Amino acid sequence: MILSVNDLGISFGGLRAVDDFHIGIEQGELYGLIGPNGAGKTTVFNLLTGVYRPDEGKILLDGDDITGLSTIEINRAGIARTFQNIRLFKDLSVLDNVKIGLHNRFSYSTLEGILRLPNYFRTEKEMNVNAEELLEVFGLKDEKETLSKNLPYGKQRKLEIARALATAPKLLLLDEPAAGMNPNETGELMETIRFVRDHFKMTILLIEHDMKLVAGICERLTVLNFGSVLVEGETEKVLNDPEVIRAYLGED
Amino acid sequence: MKFTKQTKHDLITCGIVAAFYILVTILSATGHLSNHFRGLLVPLCYYAIAAVSLNLVVGILGDLSLGHAGFMCIGAFSSSLFSVAVKNSGLPSPLRFLIALVIGTLMAALFGFLIGIPVLRLNGDYLAIVTLAFGEIIKNFLSAVYLGYDEAGIHASFKSFQLQGEGKMLINGAMGIQGTPMDSSFTVAVLLLLITLAVVMNIVNSRTGRAIMAIRDNRIAAESVGINVTSYKMLAFTVSAAIAGCAGVLFSHNTTTLTASSTYFGYNVSIMILVYVVLGGIGSIRGSVIAAAVLYVLPEMLRGLSTYRMLIYSIVLIVMMLINWAPGAIAFRERYGIMAFLRRRNENRGKEGQRS
Ligand SMILES: Nc1ncnc2c1ncn2[C@@H]1O[C@H](COP(=O)(O)OP(=O)(O)OP(=O)(O)O)[C@@H](O)[C@H]1O
Ligand SMILES: [Mg+2]
Repeated sequence: MILSVNDLGISFGGLRAVDDFHIGIEQGELYGLIGPNGAGKTTVFNLLTGVYRPDEGKILLDGDDITGLSTIEINRAGIARTFQNIRLFKDLSVLDNVKIGLHNRFSYSTLEGILRLPNYFRTEKEMNVNAEELLEVFGLKDEKETLSKNLPYGKQRKLEIARALATAPKLLLLDEPAAGMNPNETGELMETIRFVRDHFKMTILLIEHDMKLVAGICERLTVLNFGSVLVEGETEKVLNDPEVIRAYLGED
Repeated sequence: MKFTKQTKHDLITCGIVAAFYILVTILSATGHLSNHFRGLLVPLCYYAIAAVSLNLVVGILGDLSLGHAGFMCIGAFSSSLFSVAVKNSGLPSPLRFLIALVIGTLMAALFGFLIGIPVLRLNGDYLAIVTLAFGEIIKNFLSAVYLGYDEAGIHASFKSFQLQGEGKMLINGAMGIQGTPMDSSFTVAVLLLLITLAVVMNIVNSRTGRAIMAIRDNRIAAESVGINVTSYKMLAFTVSAAIAGCAGVLFSHNTTTLTASSTYFGYNVSIMILVYVVLGGIGSIRGSVIAAAVLYVLPEMLRGLSTYRMLIYSIVLIVMMLINWAPGAIAFRERYGIMAFLRRRNENRGKEGQRS
């Protein structure tokens, strides 16, 4: 199992944002995390990536305990993510955004950079080749010199995924990748996500409100409600579960 | 050899400095420059160096520091201390200056590092205020301390004291350090400015620089891709302090009497350097150099106009601000600026190449 989480919980003051959360994701799976607004989905991502330290619970990544590690350590261990409200390096070029994702995989010292020693040129070239390959996948290669803040919205979301993939993660977390996209863009994004899974043999956990996307690409789902797992299982079964429908429509 | 667009831009910046140097040298040799103007040349360079160094923190790292005059002060005093101490030891002056330069730069780097540890945890206004305070502490400390040696050994105190027998006062309280050898020159200053430019620009265009700018643009995202925010902040701040220290070395070896006075090392100087950075364009290294040069020389050249001097200076500030930051002016530059001109020329050349 790539990701195995048990008993995960955190409180903010009196609010129990996530409680007794558990999930198990196999290598290569496309897994969905859904739930009404404020259910605690993003908080789960923040717990998995070390933005918040869990009050209790255990997170195993590919068998290694990563509970309580810092964001940086967790990324190095193999989890990369995108954000619900896009967080690009907005005054840097599209290419540089991806190259920053490559930061820990291709290295030369600051001094080598200042003195422009051969290793600088060699490594930069490797980084460029790698980054451009990724941009190609996301159809962003022609815009590599563009400042990322000048990209249209849909492409910004894609760039964020490319940047996350650049860290060569074992597990990719996508927080509402289709938010703000029109149906066309969403369709295209679904293709891209599927392609990423197949091409990079990536394991993906995604949060999404767009049920068409969820039903279209996720193999299994976990439904979160008021911070705890409501239902989990095969996508089709979960989406037809009366409890899930009730949670989404509200009880009255 | 093929250069990237960025490398070309950086080489042009160095070219501007070199061209300025050649122009000034020729004018000076042919006697077209007043003594007053020639006296401004070294200060112009160290303010340009200081502005580039501050831009590394303000523009590239995205943190506001108001303590850079303090780092200049450390560079100035530590290097002068060395130069004065070994003045009569027979050390050849270029070597002496080189060692002084290394000492001043390293001492400023050390203080940058030490101050950075607590300070870089802060953000925005807090960081600005605390760095300002540290700068003032450094300056006030150095203007109050007495340091000397005699037969009985080395003495340091906050009170003035008498030396016994053969001895020498190194730092004499508010009177500072007397008799620093005048090892700075315009040539040395320009060389140091060019080295500074190379160092800062090469950092910016490297893996390190990208990490620093990533922190500036989005700290949380930077952490999410595994960038060690604390260590890159420390690195940027320390390098910046080191370069400010280097500017201080130039300063102190351009004056025989070095005092830690507000005129040279107070927070107003830090703010003046910040004005250079802001008006030159935050994050624009070339802009910092040009703004420092223009804004330093201008008020000095206007001394004759006494009362109107600051009025003209203020107008120039406003005009520069408009030229640099007005959207219309930016669009104009993109269309008709030198880079656009070169780009068009290259494109045309490419076309001609295809035709033939
Ligand atoms: N740092 C925090 N401090 C206090 N409360 C928080 C914090 N982060 C999240 N919460 C609260 O936790 C609950 C879950 O928020 P979360 O953002 O995880 O929801 P979500 O499922 O991602 O919702 P949405 O679909 O709207 O993105 C909310 O009530 C939110 O206000
Ligand atoms: Mg959310």
